[in-house]
Amino acid sequence: MKRIKPLPNTRNGISKEDRRRKRNEFLIDNSLYFFLTAAIVGIVIYDPRFLSVPSLVNILSLSAANLPIALGIAGCIILTGTDLSAGRVVGLVACVSASLLQMTGYPNKMFPNLPTLPLWAVLILVLLMGATVGLINGFCVAKFKLHPFIVTLATQLILFGILLMYLMNGNNNGQSLSGLDPSYTNFITGSVLKIGSTAIPNYVFYSIALTALMWFVWNKTTFGKNMFAVGSNQDAARVSGVNVTATIIGVFALAGLLYGVTGFIEAARIGSNSAATGLNYELDAIAACVIGGVSFVGGIGKIRGVILGVVLLRIIFVGLTFLSIDSNLQYVIKGLIILIACAIDMRKYLVRK
Amino acid sequence: MDEILLTMTDVCKAFPGVKALDHAHFTLKKGSVHALMGENGAGKSTLMKCLFGIYAKDSGEIRLQGRVVDFKTSKEALEQGVAMVHQELNQALKRTVADNLWLGRYPTRFGMVNEKKMQKDTKALFERLGISVNPNAVMESLSVSRRQMAEIAKAVSYDAKVIVFDEPTSSLTGEEAEQLFRIINTLKQQGCGIIYISHKMEEILRICDEVTVMRDGKTVATHPARDLTVDKIIRLMVGRDLTQRFPPKTNVPQETVLSVRGLTGLYSHLRDVSFDLKRGEILGIAGLDGSGRTEVLEALFGLSARKKGEIRLQGRPILNRTPRDAIANGFVLLTEERRATGIFAIRDILENTVISNLPAYRRLGVLDHKKMKQDTDRMIRTLRVKTPSRRTAIRTLSGGNQQKVILGRWLLTEPKILLLDEPTRGIDVGAKYEIYQLILDLAAKGRSVIVVSGEMPELLGICDRIVVMSGGRVAGEVDGKTATQEQIMTLAAKFA
Repeated sequence: MKRIKPLPNTRNGISKEDRRRKRNEFLIDNSLYFFLTAAIVGIVIYDPRFLSVPSLVNILSLSAANLPIALGIAGCIILTGTDLSAGRVVGLVACVSASLLQMTGYPNKMFPNLPTLPLWAVLILVLLMGATVGLINGFCVAKFKLHPFIVTLATQLILFGILLMYLMNGNNNGQSLSGLDPSYTNFITGSVLKIGSTAIPNYVFYSIALTALMWFVWNKTTFGKNMFAVGSNQDAARVSGVNVTATIIGVFALAGLLYGVTGFIEAARIGSNSAATGLNYELDAIAACVIGGVSFVGGIGKIRGVILGVVLLRIIFVGLTFLSIDSNLQYVIKGLIILIACAIDMRKYLVRK
Repeated sequence: MDEILLTMTDVCKAFPGVKALDHAHFTLKKGSVHALMGENGAGKSTLMKCLFGIYAKDSGEIRLQGRVVDFKTSKEALEQGVAMVHQELNQALKRTVADNLWLGRYPTRFGMVNEKKMQKDTKALFERLGISVNPNAVMESLSVSRRQMAEIAKAVSYDAKVIVFDEPTSSLTGEEAEQLFRIINTLKQQGCGIIYISHKMEEILRICDEVTVMRDGKTVATHPARDLTVDKIIRLMVGRDLTQRFPPKTNVPQETVLSVRGLTGLYSHLRDVSFDLKRGEILGIAGLDGSGRTEVLEALFGLSARKKGEIRLQGRPILNRTPRDAIANGFVLLTEERRATGIFAIRDILENTVISNLPAYRRLGVLDHKKMKQDTDRMIRTLRVKTPSRRTAIRTLSGGNQQKVILGRWLLTEPKILLLDEPTRGIDVGAKYEIYQLILDLAAKGRSVIVVSGEMPELLGICDRIVVMSGGRVAGEVDGKTATQEQIMTLAAKFA
């Protein structure tokens, strides 16, 4: 058999022009990292407190809170889909968790006669809720061959309606849910680890554990491999004996479960939950995914990309506040960053000409 | 007659890890048909893509009628009179034939598309070329051969001086190919230069004036076609002697393992198909395009719904309702459309290889990556896949190598029954021989193989028996050793 002659990597035999092109490509391919470094350096020069422990822990916590929902949506994007219902699932789950875990004797308690429920029972209930919504989304996508955009646009509306009706329950009458049981808030926002005098909230660790679990699912299980295969070429996956329907439903259900986690954390993190909780969370999550290289091309994405995307987006948000940039302008900058990041990402999948 | 139309000199093009073109040369004369031959990955398509502006060449010079050209886009090339009929058709499938034909240059009137003129011009063009395709048919609804005819008409409509045909007959029936040759001859008379890429030797020796052979990105030789024979071309292409086109038959059919009775499609035109398959046998399924040969495999594999029909594997009735069922029963299917239903283009070779065999690597829910790597490397070695590494994205490999990876995917599942749909389509002679050898080895080891192919010499070369399909029905069965092409053709026309 003839061997393919590899291109020499050494300086010999490569023209100056080639080297320059290679260098440019390297710069563009890794531009996210350069940009991140430059942004941090810039902000630090303006205000060194950006790198202080409380500020860093703040970025870490905010990233951790947003990571589970992004990990869920990433799976949907890998299937060339998306999930617009994510934010509303978070909102519904947050409100249900909050209403079931209000402290006894709180004046506006939604269910005044409800005894203090064990945390785990509520957690399981809300995880099931999230997974059920995901299951329905996935079922409609897989069985009715609808585009996830349409399916989740519809379920998102339905969920919002349900949420508004739920908030009218009992004594609540549509108001925000607060007065959470201390066992709940402690479990989520309490802290067992301090850096100096800054406490790291517990949910950061839950989020890290969940991320590790998701890395495992994506990379070490049949389900993960099948997910990438279906995202890359659904017809070929079917011919290859992949259970396409089960895979799609599984990915959406898993995503729903992760939104459930986000909602459970979010309720305690915010403390006061209303119909606006979770609003547009899916958009930040989708943005984080695409910035991190989870491509709408399908079949492409890495956990570390999702993490990078979430953290990068968070650094930008926090950084812009540090630079005391007008909050209206922040939206414009956010939009531009998403555009540029995706344009750079897309370069990798174009056939080089 | 001997006026030079096009010269390409010292063209180089490198892709990451592979030098696709290494100082390639090519000269095309006016009014001639020039064959460009070579194994898969020899650089034929890359050379043409450099000409056409689809790839930017790294170095070298291209002259069109003496003038240096460097097309940046295919549109530019078209406007300068260089057209290409692609091997893999890139058409707007949801649009009509006429829409596709004038795409990018719709005739307009007062800023609006002039539908009337489009219709008129399309009809005139089709009449001139003797093509019978409805200009208003939606592309998707046409057979591959019809779509290809439309593509050829498009190339001609640009008043092209140079027309490249990239494997135009690989999906055409004999009669359609004849029509294509007539069209090519007309173009030649009009002074066009035709570059003809094909793996079919007989065809090339028949219609071409000159033959250029490429190997490993280099131009090996250019000869007048009348000085060449099939053997000589093969020798130039593979750089060694290839005494036979088919390996010697080593398999011996044993007892019947699979019997199919009354297979009838629910949505396809498949009707009452019955046949038996023996252990260690290679059964061919012949027929014209649309005769239902592919549908037989799809119905067997659970890809298309059956209205009725019985499948018995070793005497036991089985259902094969879905591909998953079929795989569990020891079936595998190599599909006809590699890009659409075979490869996971952006994933790497490892994932493309192990995808059908994942349960075998699972221990307590965890995949054993070491074993997956070992198996992938073993397949790359035994099937001789040309690739820089197992981490390479499969889309960067040539068609033949992609085919080998998919075969490897299926071999890992230890199949009993292999269903191969056009296993050597778009694959060069050297690799074809390897694939034939592989099929024969599998049969010799007691696997049973069904090969569907539109190339009759191929079926006659490797099959023990050949079932001939016609109009969705079995028209007859012939013996692989004694049958002739004429016999098969007669049967194929029975219900057509």
